[in-house]
Amino acid sequence: MYDQLENIPIAEQAEDEKFAHTFHVCVAASCLSLQSDKVLGALREHAAGEETGHHCRVKGVGCMGLCSQGPMVSVSHRNEPGNFAVYGKVSPEHAPALVEAAREREVVSELLCDTGMPFFRRQKKIVLANCGVINPERIEEYIVAGGYQALLTVLTEMTPGEVIDEVVRSGLRGRGGGGYPTGLKWKSVAKAEAKRRKYILCNGDEGDPGAFMDRSVLESDPHRVIEGMIIAGYAVGAREGYLYVRGEYPLAVDRLHKAIHQARRLGILGDKVCGTRFSFNVDIRIGAGAFVCGEETALIASVEGLRATPRSRPPYPAEFGLWNEPTLINNVETFANIAPIIQNGGSWYAAIGTKESTGTKVFALAGSVHNTGLIEVPMGISFQEIVSDIGGGILDGRQAKAVQTGGPSGGCIPAEYFETEIDYESLKVLGSIMGSGGMIVMDDTANMVDVARYFMDFCKTESCGKCVPCRVGTVHMSNLLEKICRGQGTDQDFWALEELCRVVRETSLCGLGQTSPNPVLSTLRHYRHEYLELLRNDDQQQCTDEMEPAS
Amino acid sequence: MRHSRILTIKINDQAISAHEDETILELARQNGIVIPSLCYLDGLSAWGGCRLCMVEIKGSDKLFSACTTYPLEGMEIVADSERLKKHRRDVLGFMFSERNHVCSVCVSNGGCELQDLAAALGMSHVEHPYLNPVLSVDASHKLFCLDHNRCILCTRCVRVCDEIEGAHTWDIMGRGNTARIVADLNQPWGEAGSCTSCGKCVQVCPTGALFEKGKSVAEMRKNREFLPYLQLMRGTGHADEDGDTP
Repeated sequence: MYDQLENIPIAEQAEDEKFAHTFHVCVAASCLSLQSDKVLGALREHAAGEETGHHCRVKGVGCMGLCSQGPMVSVSHRNEPGNFAVYGKVSPEHAPALVEAAREREVVSELLCDTGMPFFRRQKKIVLANCGVINPERIEEYIVAGGYQALLTVLTEMTPGEVIDEVVRSGLRGRGGGGYPTGLKWKSVAKAEAKRRKYILCNGDEGDPGAFMDRSVLESDPHRVIEGMIIAGYAVGAREGYLYVRGEYPLAVDRLHKAIHQARRLGILGDKVCGTRFSFNVDIRIGAGAFVCGEETALIASVEGLRATPRSRPPYPAEFGLWNEPTLINNVETFANIAPIIQNGGSWYAAIGTKESTGTKVFALAGSVHNTGLIEVPMGISFQEIVSDIGGGILDGRQAKAVQTGGPSGGCIPAEYFETEIDYESLKVLGSIMGSGGMIVMDDTANMVDVARYFMDFCKTESCGKCVPCRVGTVHMSNLLEKICRGQGTDQDFWALEELCRVVRETSLCGLGQTSPNPVLSTLRHYRHEYLELLRNDDQQQCTDEMEPAS
Repeated sequence: MRHSRILTIKINDQAISAHEDETILELARQNGIVIPSLCYLDGLSAWGGCRLCMVEIKGSDKLFSACTTYPLEGMEIVADSERLKKHRRDVLGFMFSERNHVCSVCVSNGGCELQDLAAALGMSHVEHPYLNPVLSVDASHKLFCLDHNRCILCTRCVRVCDEIEGAHTWDIMGRGNTARIVADLNQPWGEAGSCTSCGKCVQVCPTGALFEKGKSVAEMRKNREFLPYLQLMRGTGHADEDGDTP
């Protein structure tokens, strides 16, 4: 019988009893870049003094979400679960006052963040439940928070078929952007016959500008992702997995290495997982900075050590993936959803969100709003709620103009559609996509043509160069947008741009090329007049005249 | 023996009998149906990069590259619609605009697949502005030259060198429109130790990017006869998944 999951919490609790107060200091990338490590050091120094019955503990935790207020610190007191203070913009000089206040069970009001504000209240944390609570570098804290219980349940009480059924019942859809039903994917891989072995791949090559959901999850709760991968391995019959993380995330890689090492030590990874007959190993593969590696076939090529270029599908990786073996490839956030689904049941998950898009979604909220950072909200929430309530409204009292979702494959959603319920389908109808979860709010000073130009320039430099339309078409589109932005565009350029969008979308090989015109198409659809205003004067009228019947 | 099912499909309303492991492009060519292509070459693995062999499949809005798509029973394929012709001309225009394809001074003038296709598809002019990149010519090899100005990155040279000659001298460096064919680790071709000077890459190159030294304008003609011959002699044609040969 595997008893680590019972013994560790008992030992941890005995340790907890020694401390009256606990400081949680965010040490995820965003706060760390604001020197939260110095805050952590200062707090430790001041908390060290012995005061009977008032021992303070200071620990580094993952992302608390409100990155614009970083560095973030929260304080909790033993046996007082409701007494919880969150501080923002903490610097090392604040340490003595914070420690003093904690011992007196008081707060430092000038640093206090209102935990009653919509940013905290309107979120529903499933994926991020442990983020900002546990120390990501200690497996013990993950286990105390209920970690690896789902894995033990799966291995000792469920058949692989039952695990897949539970995932199907949850209605979970791929969080990488496409929204393919996760349960269906698992079923396909389970059915596929391996020549030698099957593989689990975790896609952590998050490359959309402004998106940092996967990064935060990997940095704040790495064991959650690993647990999801092991469960997936059991469900589809794979014994090996690779975590593909982009090279720009050294902190995430470092924490994953530690997490894998700790899990091996406790017998959670390796031969005989949790003392059962099932074996599973996870290894890390680091990307070399190509956006296209987020495309699954390019990612597979990269893991194999080849140049990362996509190939035509079908056959899909579920049949021919890594080394031509059946491969299950899911996004970081998708895997992070698995353990809670197993623990609470698929129907519990399906009851959250909308009928077609169940559960929650993590968004990286950025741009011209007061509260920027990482948020997790139920599907079906409106843009209005995210921008006005959670985001706290637009900066400088300006008006919202649009929200950009889906990165370079997505589009801009104008403010008049802000009442739309967010799910995979509604975003598609509006000419954007869910994407991996980047959400950039733009105020009324934003130049939409320039936004399109920025994303096209991004696609141009990130095209792998394999297929002609993406390699050359994006260069032509980018040049045309530059020209239009400079005010030198003619009506010919305008029509050529629209035509290029169509050709590149229809003939490109992979998702990167096929969706690269989306930022242009969506801004053309909602902000056509902005393009026309930028054309040379004599051409403006001509385009407007010719356009009238069409619009 | 070959274990693959025989299917019936239609290409341009012509009924065709097909092995399930033959691509649409192979099937079309067997039956005299013309689907243009530049990266595909019989005897090499499919690449799917030139996007000229795109076809429509009834029941789907999407386009499929014929060189990487396999038939399904009853599949109806359209390979010559106006939409496809337009797209093919556009993609061909992309190729012409990307680098410096000046036929009148090219060694392969009159013997160039890119030029032939442009004529066959009725391309009268290039719609997109020429990008006019500054590119080099590598004449360091004792027998052959590499002119990046004429390269369309079809990777036939990369594949023939790796799959047939087994040297893997060629590969691609960089990405997007800065991608280039490189010998070994981006060395001058003449200094690439892995090159056996077999010249297969030169013969499979569809344009004047790879050519024999000493050839002047319009003198270079490619000879690809060796590929089907090698395929036959090695018994590698149409290997099925278990590696069995017919």
